[in-house]
Amino acid sequence: MEKNIITINENLLAFEPGETILSIAQRNKIDIPTLCHLKNTIPTNTCKICLVEIKGKPELVESCKTEACIGMVVFSESPKVVKARKKNIGRMLASGNHNCAIRDFDTDDWTSFQLKVLEDDGKEDLCPVWGDCELQDLAYRYQVKTKGMPLGECQYEKEQANPFIIRDFSRCILCGRCVKACCEIQVNNAIQFGYKDKDLKIIAKDDVTLKDSDCVFCGECLQVCPVGALIPDKAFRDDRFKDTHTVRTTCSFCGVGCQMDLFIQDNQIVKIDGADIDLPPNNASLCVKGRFGFDFVHSKERLTRPLIKKDGKQVEASWDEALELVAQKFTAIKEESRPDALGVLTSARITNEDNYLAQKFTRAVLKTNNIDHCARL
Amino acid sequence: MTNTIADVETSDVILVTGSNTTENHPVLSSFIKRATLKGKKLYLIDPRRVTLADHADKWLRPLPGTDIAWINGLMHVIIKENLHDKNFIETRTENFNALKKTVEKYSPDYVETITGIKKEDLIEVARQFANAPAASILYCMGITQHICGTDNVKSLANLSMLGGHLGKPGGGVNPLRGQNNVQGACDMGGLPNVFTAYQPVNNNDIRSNLEQFWKVKDLSPTPGLVATEMFNKAHDGDLKAMFIIGENPMISDPDLNHAKKALSNLDFLVVQDIFETETTQMADVVLPSFCFAEKNGTFTNSERRVQRVRKAVEAPGEARRDWEIICGIATRMGYEMNYENSHEIFKEITEITPSYKGITWERIDKIGIHWPCPSETHQGTPILHTTQFTRGKGLFHAIEHTPPAEQTDEKYPYILTTGRVLYHYHTGTMTMKTEGLNQLSPECFVEISDKDLEKLGLDDNTMVNVFSRRGKITAKLKVSTKAVEGTVFIPFHFAKAAANKLTNGQLDPTAKIPEFKVCAINIEPASA
Ligand code: SF4
Ligand code: SF4
Ligand code: SF4
Repeated sequence: MEKNIITINENLLAFEPGETILSIAQRNKIDIPTLCHLKNTIPTNTCKICLVEIKGKPELVESCKTEACIGMVVFSESPKVVKARKKNIGRMLASGNHNCAIRDFDTDDWTSFQLKVLEDDGKEDLCPVWGDCELQDLAYRYQVKTKGMPLGECQYEKEQANPFIIRDFSRCILCGRCVKACCEIQVNNAIQFGYKDKDLKIIAKDDVTLKDSDCVFCGECLQVCPVGALIPDKAFRDDRFKDTHTVRTTCSFCGVGCQMDLFIQDNQIVKIDGADIDLPPNNASLCVKGRFGFDFVHSKERLTRPLIKKDGKQVEASWDEALELVAQKFTAIKEESRPDALGVLTSARITNEDNYLAQKFTRAVLKTNNIDHCARL
Repeated sequence: MTNTIADVETSDVILVTGSNTTENHPVLSSFIKRATLKGKKLYLIDPRRVTLADHADKWLRPLPGTDIAWINGLMHVIIKENLHDKNFIETRTENFNALKKTVEKYSPDYVETITGIKKEDLIEVARQFANAPAASILYCMGITQHICGTDNVKSLANLSMLGGHLGKPGGGVNPLRGQNNVQGACDMGGLPNVFTAYQPVNNNDIRSNLEQFWKVKDLSPTPGLVATEMFNKAHDGDLKAMFIIGENPMISDPDLNHAKKALSNLDFLVVQDIFETETTQMADVVLPSFCFAEKNGTFTNSERRVQRVRKAVEAPGEARRDWEIICGIATRMGYEMNYENSHEIFKEITEITPSYKGITWERIDKIGIHWPCPSETHQGTPILHTTQFTRGKGLFHAIEHTPPAEQTDEKYPYILTTGRVLYHYHTGTMTMKTEGLNQLSPECFVEISDKDLEKLGLDDNTMVNVFSRRGKITAKLKVSTKAVEGTVFIPFHFAKAAANKLTNGQLDPTAKIPEFKVCAINIEPASA
């Protein structure tokens, strides 16, 4: 029997029955670009960027919905494919307010292009996701220039009434990823395609703002939008070229323990994204608290110095003074009353390491088992 | 959880009870909702018509505090219709006959009179649950925060065993943990009766082992006090000092007026936190600590997965790591505690914690591991009880329904249940620093059904006084389809209208959990 093998760009690759060309390519780190496909959802097939050529077939096919069959020979970057892809990228660039200077670029290297943009920055209302846009990346990768083409007009006004999420319809390429994320990944069913043809729009409920809809601000749509149509209400916007690094950690709110990437600039968290799509437990999803509830970290109200109550008022003290006082009092009560006159409440919010030491301290030093936490509450 | 979060999506029938999953465990709720998209059955059994009801095949509405009755009812039907998993019961469990005898009287008709659940619905759920190849039970504090919380949990375990749904993919009994590291705090021995990995303090061998390891003498063999008992003892003057780390019981405790008296009665109170709270305000010493983004360490999630926490930013001012502060006090008390970093502490943990023994920071660098993980070559345990239970055979508990401690009467005609909203976390000290979250959930409210609103003759959004036998708060009425006639819901996050001024401090005798989910109240317009 013939084996389940196909060829993509001269690589022989095994596949599972029913697997699409795109999925095989992604598994094998062959980069077939797409702007609408979203892993683990039913393909929408709107962007026509993932087109590939199949040997012996006159028409190009969409790799996101075409299943592999035995002996298929696929070219993902043939001249024909590239030509079609360029056309479709150009069509999208021209469809909206994609004034990200990619339109006019004339330099051959990315760095001098960036420098040029920096120079222009501030002079015009540059797209807020500049440098973090999949359409822009593709335009650059395929050297698509739209110089001279007019910017697409948009009949829908920018929506800035919501907490956390700004919707800029003038940059929406109607790829449908946000709808997939909302309805098939998070299953919040807050947004959908509305109206027809040239009026097509992503709408919430019967076309109201997100805050007046069933939206729960999980931000999954924001995370998957390939362009600048869904943007966070802060973060990055003024400082997008600043040095940024990410740190992978675990959410500190509920017991799901979502894995997340914190984006750090100048010792500040500026944005949080869900970690990798294949990483449990959350597969890149987050909820509103995990994604947006990080202001407390940098709050001015954080406690920064020990306090000791003197004459009924709490006043700042040095660590030495505070720790000394605590140690003295605990020792006195332990010896004068008895160890069981002391009690410790540790926390369901601090780390395992912190908790371990809290109970070790209670048992080995205070000599009591009076330790609990507020999990029951 | 006996099973994993991802596993939920593979269940054939999912039974969710006492959990407002979409608001309290939002990302986990997506796994449940996606399962329904694939045609899996979802039954929600909850006093409130929470959002998950929109995705469920059916929502069954029990009166608050009647969980044992409907669980026994389901088991009655399953046994009567001969749908129980005889093989599983025979080989893996004991005491089935006692259970059978107890649930005999819980006929669908009888259960309907106690719980209000229609008998046809009860029968449908029983059949679907028993016939499913794999059925999962998910529950949260709606089950545990009752005077009979422990019995509720045992009853759910009974039900799962009866259907033979334990120890296999897509099955299990899955408690969802409210706070991020409840699981870890328990695993680490942050409990009065056990050391790490649930090793009992009254076991002589374990104690002498630890005495050697920690280089101390005379570890106490007597189990200590649980949190709520500590407050009672403080109130009576038997407890003289408390050290409270990262908690704000002045909002989260039942019967707050009692809690306040208790704390002010202490000779000495030390509170360690990242913000000023209602609790730090009462302290003799306040110690500023690090938040999660400033720390290295581990959290253990609801599915027992030990995951890394990594330092991303520097902490403000002179704040210190929680463990560092504890070391400082211990050393000053004459017991040298010194660690290079939290990694060193983790290594010490694995030496005396059998279920964490095989876990190293290197191994969990990319992806966390589910305990028990007894050795460095062990892959971890995503599903518990696959071949046997911790005690060997699974024990059926024959349990009778007990009514809630507090009943409604003429003076207090409504039932109050408390809980959380999506946009805030616990006592709000963290989430209320984010403007957008406050915009989405600005204040406390009294969620009420339209029928009750009409009966009261009040308009939506009216300010009302809510009274219980213990206290009074003032908040806005908010009519909602989530509420059912006779029962109102108030979130406990808000200090200004702290729902826990109303709740009942009555404890479950075993788990010592307060009965947050049922108390009797009355409502009057605030101006009157
Ligand atoms: S908002 Fe973004 S994700 Fe949604 S359709 Fe438009 S471009 Fe695509
Ligand atoms: S934020 Fe979440 S709920 Fe709101 S539209 Fe986006 S995906 Fe849907
Ligand atoms: S992101 Fe949301 S669901 Fe995930 S752990 Fe944090 S609070 Fe829980």
